[in-house]
Amino acid sequence: MDLLVNPTESSLLRFTTAGSVDDGKSTLIGRLLYDSKSIFEDQLLAVEESSKRRGDAHVNLALLTDGLRAEREQGITIDVAYRYFATPKRKFIIADTPGHIQYTRNMVTGASTADLAIILIDARLGVIEQTMRHTYLASLLRIGHIVLAVNKMDLVNFDQAVYDKIVADYMKFASGLENLPNVTPIPMSALNGDNVVEKSDATPWYTGPSLLQHLETVQVHTETAADAARFPVQWVIRPISDRNDAKLGNLHDYRGFAGRMASGTFRVGDDVLVYPSEMKTKITGIHTFEGPQPEAIPQLSYSITVADEIDTSRGGMIVKSNEPVQTAQEFDAMICWFADKKTLKPRGRFHLRHTTNDVRAVVTEVHYKVNISTLEKSAESKEFALNDIGCIRVRCATPIFFDAYSQNRTTGSFVLVDEQTNNTVAAGMIMKSLGNPDDFEDAGSAI
Amino acid sequence: MSAITHLQFLESEAIYILRETAAQFEKPALLFSGGKDSIVMAWLARKAFYPSRLPFKLLHVDTGHNFPEAMTYRDWFVQEIGADLVVGSVQKSIDDGRVQEEKGHNASRNKLQTVTLLDTIEEHQFDACLGGGRRDEEKARAKERFFSHRNEFGQWDPKNQRPELWNIFNGRKHFGEHFRVFPLSNWTEMDIWQYIRQENIPLPSLYFSHKRQIIERHGQLLAVGLNDERGNPIIPLLDEEKPRVKEMVIRFRTVGDASCTGAVESTASTIDDIVAEVAAARQTERGTRADDKRSETAMEDRKKEGYF
Repeated sequence: MDLLVNPTESSLLRFTTAGSVDDGKSTLIGRLLYDSKSIFEDQLLAVEESSKRRGDAHVNLALLTDGLRAEREQGITIDVAYRYFATPKRKFIIADTPGHIQYTRNMVTGASTADLAIILIDARLGVIEQTMRHTYLASLLRIGHIVLAVNKMDLVNFDQAVYDKIVADYMKFASGLENLPNVTPIPMSALNGDNVVEKSDATPWYTGPSLLQHLETVQVHTETAADAARFPVQWVIRPISDRNDAKLGNLHDYRGFAGRMASGTFRVGDDVLVYPSEMKTKITGIHTFEGPQPEAIPQLSYSITVADEIDTSRGGMIVKSNEPVQTAQEFDAMICWFADKKTLKPRGRFHLRHTTNDVRAVVTEVHYKVNISTLEKSAESKEFALNDIGCIRVRCATPIFFDAYSQNRTTGSFVLVDEQTNNTVAAGMIMKSLGNPDDFEDAGSAI
Repeated sequence: MSAITHLQFLESEAIYILRETAAQFEKPALLFSGGKDSIVMAWLARKAFYPSRLPFKLLHVDTGHNFPEAMTYRDWFVQEIGADLVVGSVQKSIDDGRVQEEKGHNASRNKLQTVTLLDTIEEHQFDACLGGGRRDEEKARAKERFFSHRNEFGQWDPKNQRPELWNIFNGRKHFGEHFRVFPLSNWTEMDIWQYIRQENIPLPSLYFSHKRQIIERHGQLLAVGLNDERGNPIIPLLDEEKPRVKEMVIRFRTVGDASCTGAVESTASTIDDIVAEVAAARQTERGTRADDKRSETAMEDRKKEGYF
C-alpha cells in the first residue's frame, strides 16, 4: 500500500474505538496500523522484546498504545491514547479509549472530537450491556456515525445467521435512542484481517465495504457550511503600528477578531451581530497570513474585521444577523462527572468554560441521573460521583452565548473547572435555555 | 464547498492552540531548538498573530553541544519572522554549579537541559512554554495533553491529567505552576514534511544529505569533529574507535543536542526526496535518538522531572 497521503486532496477522519476488555480492540487497531505501515520496525521490535520480558504468549499489540510506566507495569490502559495512520485517501486520528477503569470519562473525552465511533462486539457474545453503554455515550456526544464491528466471526464459522441476529438485536436497542447515528454493521475477524482492510472471501453473503473502505469514504461533516455561522472570538489582533503591510495596507487602525470558524460561513459584506453587545455591523475583511479571503469556512482560523468600532474581545462571538445565538444566564445541560475525589452536589460552584468564555457558575438543581446500562432516569440521588451522567441546571454569573448541543457541538458544549484544584471536573452539553420559553427543547431528547 | 485537507485542519488547529496560549497565559514563550518541529511551530505562530508581531518570545535552551549550521539558521530565522530570542545556557548551569556534567564517553547534556529550562522559566517568569512535541513521536507523548500542566517543581503527573474535550483547553493554574503547550500534538512526521513542502519553509542544511565524518556507536551514527564553545570535542572518541571513523553520506532526521542526535545514511537532498524517504522509512525518527534508548520509559521519566 502506498501510504503517501496526497496533501492537496486527502481529508481527515477522527474516530474513537469502544469495546470491552477482550473483544479484540487492540488487535483491530494494531491491524489497521500494521496494514497501513504505520507501525515501524523499531516500535514492533520494542513491543516484541517487552512482550517476551513480560512472558506474554504472543506479541502484545496493546503495548504499542500503553505508553505509561504504570500502564505497562499493571497491564492496563489508563488514559486515552491518540494514534495516527494514513492511506492515500485519508488521514486518520484514532482516540483509543480503555475498556475498563474510568471508562465513561475516557470515552466521553475521546468521543467529543470524533466523527465516528467503532463499537466492537464479540460475535460469540452478541449485544451486551457494554455495547449499549458505548452506543448511548456515542449518541449523547452526537457522534454521527457508528461502525458496528461484529468481531471474531472466525469463531462462529462466519455464520450469517449469527451476524444477522446480532445486527437485528442491536438495531432494536439503538432505535430506542433519540439521536440514533448512522449505523454501518461489518462482520470481521481482526485477528485474521477479514473485512478489515480487504473484503474477505469468508463472508460472501456480506456485500458492504471492508472497515477501511468505509473509513476512507464515509462522509462525516458534522459542522457544515449549511449550519448557522458561529465565530467565537479568541483574541484581538492589534498591531499598534504604522507599518504598511504588503497584503493588508496601513496597519495603524487594524483591529482583527481572531478565531476559528465553528460552523457556517461568512463572506465580506455580511451583516453580523457581535456579542456580548449584540451590536449590528458588517464584515469588512476576512484575513489569513496569505492575505484577504473572500469567505470564512468551517474549522479554519481567521482574523475578521468589521465596519464599526465594536466592543468585543475574548469570549465574544460573531454571528450572522439573521441567525442570532441564544443568550441566557441559566440553562439545563447533560453532564458527565469526571472527578474521582470530589462529588457534584446542588449549590456546587465552578468556573464554567464555554467556547472562549470563562464565567463563574453554580449548579442550581440536579434533575436526574441516568443509569447508562438501562437508560433509566432517577432523581433519587442528587450527588454525582466519577463517571455519573445526568441532567443539571446551571446558573452563570453573566449570560453566555450558545446553541443547544444538538445544533452545534462547539457552541453547545462546556466544561466545569473546580475552583480549588483548577481541574476539569465535568463535561457538559447544553440542552435548553431558561432565558426564553420559545427555546425549550425536550429534556429527554438527549436520551 | 469541498472538505478541507488534513494539512488545513492541522494548521488551523495549531493556530487555535497558539492563540489560546497567548490569551490564557500572562507570559508564554515558544521553545525553539532550530529543529523542524519548532520551526514549523514558530512559522504557525507568525500566521496566528498576523499582521501583529508574535506576542511572546522564542526560548532556546542551548546545551552548548550544537551543530554550527543549526545556530546560523536559528539567528537567521528569528530575524526573518521578527521575533525576540531568549537563550538559556546549559554551560552556564554547569558553571554555576546547578548541574553536574555526565561522565564517560556516552555523556550527554540532554538530561541537564531540564534544570536549565526550569531555571530559565523561573528567571523570566514564563507561565507557559509552547513545545513542538508530537504524539506520534513517542508512547508517553501519545498520552500527553495539548495543555499539559506542570506543578511548582515543573513536574508532569501523567496519572492526573486534565481531560480535554471539544475545543476547550483549561489553562487555569495556581501561582508558581506552569504549562507546556503542544500545538503540533496531532501532527505526524509525515504531516510536518508535507507542510514544510507546501509552505516552502527553509530548513537548516543538516536535514539534507551531506558528507560528514561519522562514528558508529551502539548502532547510532554520530557526527565526529564538533567542538563545544570551549573547544572540547562534543563526542570524545575512544582510542579503539578512532580507526573506525569514516566519511559517510548522511542526513539528520531530527536535530537536537549533537551528542545524542544520530544521523541516517541518505542521499535525500530535496524536500521531495525527504518526503519519499519518510514514506518508505521503517524506523521511527526517534530511533536515531540515544536519549530515548536509556530505558523503556525514558521519555516519561524525563518528562516527570520537567523535561520538554
